[in-house]
Amino acid sequence: MAYSTQTFYNFFALSLLAFLAGCDTNETLSLSKESIIYCSEGSPESFNPQTVSSGTTIDATSNQLYNRLLEFDPTDNTIIPAIAKSWHVTRDGKMITFYLRKDVQFHQTRYFTPTRALNADDVIFSFSRMLDVNHEYHPVSGGKYPFFQNAQLAELISSVEKINEHTVRFQLTRPDSSFLANIGSDSAVILSKEYADQLLQLNTMQEIDMLPVGTGPFKFKWYSSSSFIRYEAHENYWRGKSKIKQLVFDITPRDTGRLTKLLAGECDIIAYPIAHEKIKQHDNLILESVTAFNVGYLGFNTAKPPFNNPLVRKALSYAINKQAILDAVYTGQAEIANGIIPNSSWAYDETISSQEYSINKAQELLSEAGYSDGFSMDLWAMPVQRSYNPDAVTMAKLIQADLQKIGIEVDIVSGYEWSTFLRKITDGEHQSVLLGWSADHPDPDNFFSPMLSCSSAITGSNRTFWCNEKFDRLIKRALQTNSINKRKVLYSKALALINEEVPLIPIAHSKRFQARSNNINGKLLRAIGGIDFNGVTKN
Amino acid sequence: MLIFTLRRLSLFIFTILLLTLLSFSLSFLFPGDQLINLTGQLNASPEQLAILANDYNQQFGLLSQYFSYLNHLFHGEMGYSMNSQLPIATEVLNRLPATIELTCVALLVAMFFGIPIGFCAAIYHRKLPDNLILTVAMLGYSIPVFWLGILAILVFSIQLGWLPSAGQISLLFEIEPVTGLQLIDILLSDNEYKWQAFQDATRHLILPVIVVALAPATIFMRLARTAMLEVLDTHYIKAAKAKGLTFSQIIYRHAMRNAFIKVIRDVGLQFANLITIAMVTEVIFSWPGIGRWLIESIYQRDYTAIQGGLIVLSTFIFIVHIIIDFVYAALNPLAREPHHGAR
Repeated sequence: MAYSTQTFYNFFALSLLAFLAGCDTNETLSLSKESIIYCSEGSPESFNPQTVSSGTTIDATSNQLYNRLLEFDPTDNTIIPAIAKSWHVTRDGKMITFYLRKDVQFHQTRYFTPTRALNADDVIFSFSRMLDVNHEYHPVSGGKYPFFQNAQLAELISSVEKINEHTVRFQLTRPDSSFLANIGSDSAVILSKEYADQLLQLNTMQEIDMLPVGTGPFKFKWYSSSSFIRYEAHENYWRGKSKIKQLVFDITPRDTGRLTKLLAGECDIIAYPIAHEKIKQHDNLILESVTAFNVGYLGFNTAKPPFNNPLVRKALSYAINKQAILDAVYTGQAEIANGIIPNSSWAYDETISSQEYSINKAQELLSEAGYSDGFSMDLWAMPVQRSYNPDAVTMAKLIQADLQKIGIEVDIVSGYEWSTFLRKITDGEHQSVLLGWSADHPDPDNFFSPMLSCSSAITGSNRTFWCNEKFDRLIKRALQTNSINKRKVLYSKALALINEEVPLIPIAHSKRFQARSNNINGKLLRAIGGIDFNGVTKN
Repeated sequence: MLIFTLRRLSLFIFTILLLTLLSFSLSFLFPGDQLINLTGQLNASPEQLAILANDYNQQFGLLSQYFSYLNHLFHGEMGYSMNSQLPIATEVLNRLPATIELTCVALLVAMFFGIPIGFCAAIYHRKLPDNLILTVAMLGYSIPVFWLGILAILVFSIQLGWLPSAGQISLLFEIEPVTGLQLIDILLSDNEYKWQAFQDATRHLILPVIVVALAPATIFMRLARTAMLEVLDTHYIKAAKAKGLTFSQIIYRHAMRNAFIKVIRDVGLQFANLITIAMVTEVIFSWPGIGRWLIESIYQRDYTAIQGGLIVLSTFIFIVHIIIDFVYAALNPLAREPHHGAR
């Protein structure tokens, strides 16, 4: 007995040693060499970017699973061909014809095997689903298409016609200068009609958004809710098969968790890194940034008192010390936002000066509005880090301290999971909220219509529920002309109106950061829209 | 043995009934509509709600509602998670195996190291090894688990880069879930990278297991030490000594087995403690188990998940308790038939 126990212990210790020693074999190396693990900040709400506008979903799906008719050049943001190899716009601007590539193949997955390449039917299906309320796929997954409804494309596009197998024509009700930019946005992806027909037959239509089929460089393999997404390379990708065999999105909502995984080598790339200095100290890690088309703001629920009173909103805009927020939350890696438009856009208006920080003025306005004794309010701080707001809770605390000086008690609401948070905000449960917006395409309209128009107040991306007819008229007129000068004047007026009515207080335009290990090559970050793994390789 | 079994079973049934009563009353105590708290059907239409109300006997008295709730529970229907809108039963079944794996391995490790070391301390009673072991045990028991977990990640994952800091296995490996127990699933799978996956999963286990096992191991040390001291003080050991058996013969043949039985009895009690530690550890190491899920549900105010998770986790602890009781009884005839034995 004595002998056997000891032998057993010895055997155990020896086998443990042997086991650990043999950890890094060639086979694992080869698997990890061909795979990239990207640590993302949140779970996608859907696998179809048509149905959602959140950056997390766009990052996870848009450029990876799908293609659009047009794309933006990653360096200068001009429109370039994608599925449409060329296009033609008539002189009156009302008829746009797209000529499609003939070699675009859909994904073959465990749930779908395509029998044909992409053709005009797929393009028409993808747009009809969003535009035609009577389409059988329109109500699937809630029937909301935030980006398209905000841009009011249903009213703009009068018809989408098939000219022949590989030619599609869009008829517009009026000329619209942002139309091509909208078609190239991350949400304008092309789905497979053949797959949709198959699901229709099986009566499992809702699967179209959860088990996606697209034409992009990667195809869907598996999604484990709130845990990870597994993609694998699309063998027949029309730009050539990706060198990455496997792409995994490791969903890691905590920023410290992502940093740890990067340092421990469990992630190749992490989204929204913290501790920039620490990352720079490591020789094998690279910190990247891109000045993004975005804005972080404090939004008021203008449907609820006391923020249905513009005076109160204006008062708060005087009381918030933006510079302090910039230093503490963005660590100087951002610019103060004077309006909702960043200064790299042509619609930026220099005449709108930065908001004055004055407690006296704030108090005057408050007493004018009848709140001289102050009041208490809730402030919802978003639970995830986005480039436009890397740390909403700290920002909320700073604002809490600022507003205490004018007698306003702030109750910070945080701790909800991102999708729950968004649902509650869309239902209007908040009084005020710290949120932001990342542009889908370079056209300045993308800052106005989705964030503050009346139609977006209905679809839910206008979280302030502010609906101003004059403002709506201005931004509509700006879309009817192709002249940049005329548009600029109209947008200036719209910006002035926002400044006067203050449905939201713009706080900062930030840079978007990303950290990666130095054996990853390729350009992932885009100034506009989601990340793109096309052409990314690993040494 | 029959009476022993019946006694345990009746205890089990009453405890579970009390638990369900608690969970049922929670649905009233949580804010919001009681029926929605119970079923988690946030997006139900008024018609669906009417059907549900009928289903849960809402038109009758509380007692009838409770029995209808019990009926649903026994059919495995615990409602839907308010957060994910998936059935609680599915969510639990997806996550419980990971917790079972972590806690069972940790329990084995704690026993494997704790009990022999405790025996050692008893053998060298009041000598240097004993004092040393007692000090270490005290220290190990006093270290807060969240601090230890973070420290372990800081040293072994970030500074040294030896071991991974999060999850059950690297996401590179695709393992088909069959039993839900990762190590067993890997062995069952036909993945070409099977052995690498197995090593990777083991490396992922090491840190969390050590963190979970430390506190119970120190308790086992002290329990084993006390048990061994008691045994060494008995007459039969003295008789054995008088017979002229060598010290190692006494320890291995007589003392160890009898002391071991005494420790086993307390393993069940320690299991509840182990689960509590495992819940915190799961959060730190992003271990996809039920503890982390339950803690997240509390953050999300997912009331249905809290009720369901509570019942499943307590039932699990209770079942382990009973199993260990049976093991103890099987090993020790005195426990089975106390009235025949001499105490």
